Amino acid sequence: MDLQAVAFYVLAAMLVVSALAVVLIPNVFRAGLFLVLAFFAVAGLFITLGADFLGAVQILVYVGAIGVLLLLAIMLTRDVHHGSPGNRLWLPASVLGALLLGAVSWSLLNTTWADKAAEMPVPATAALGASVFDLQNGFILPLEIGALALLAVVIGAIVLVGEKK
Amino acid sequence: MDYWAGYGSIALFLLVALIFGLITIILPKVLKLLGLVVRKPNAVKYTTYECGMETIGPSWVQFNFRYYIFALLFLVFDVLVVFLYPWAVSLRGGGWAAFTAMAVFIAVLLTGFLYAWKKGALEWR
Repeated sequence: MDLQAVAFYVLAAMLVVSALAVVLIPNVFRAGLFLVLAFFAVAGLFITLGADFLGAVQILVYVGAIGVLLLLAIMLTRDVHHGSPGNRLWLPASVLGALLLGAVSWSLLNTTWADKAAEMPVPATAALGASVFDLQNGFILPLEIGALALLAVVIGAIVLVGEKK
Repeated sequence: MDYWAGYGSIALFLLVALIFGLITIILPKVLKLLGLVVRKPNAVKYTTYECGMETIGPSWVQFNFRYYIFALLFLVFDVLVVFLYPWAVSLRGGGWAAFTAMAVFIAVLLTGFLYAWKKGALEWR
């Protein structure tokens, strides 16, 4: 087994353990911290699979921004130290979760995957940038539309969250 | 340096950081189990020493709601960095077209930043 595979399985084990910790730890704040660790492990998985741009995005957006937002939202609530109380719906939730896991695993195993790994550029970031910012067949107009969407998010956030005068 | 070598060195850093952290946590406990450290606790040893003021009441406090708008704005400009990253990596090949495209992109988001500034969303009221 080569080193990439070892790193992949170590990160996968880290992901499973931290995801279980998110669900099982009663303190919500610590569960949030474990969620950040799970995001980080997913970023590592992306990188071991050769998708370095996705890994960078995962760290930038999920570990960096979503993690901060989530922990801040937890700290904005009162009585965090009481944590999440015992949930009466744990049995149906776990049955539903097991069913979903079974369905996903079944469809994963029964799909014939087109193996495009050899065609994939590794590292992907430079190739992605070159294809997005190409003048003839690039994606410059969708990029600017994305900028407008982000502008709408800024204005919406200020209007919704900003204090009323 | 190729892809795997570059990320391999990051993985090595991560591994060393992890081992260092674990050793500093576990070593005192192991030494205590082996009876190598003398343990004579008293009230003075448990006081907060050179770690800030003594806390009054619980230290889990509700944060001020005003922080949330900063977190939301941070999220938006973090997404901007996601677009900047492949642009910066491929800038040499892209030429002026790529530069202008990103300049327009940043100008549009700068409008949002100026709006937030004008609205006083960045001020602490």
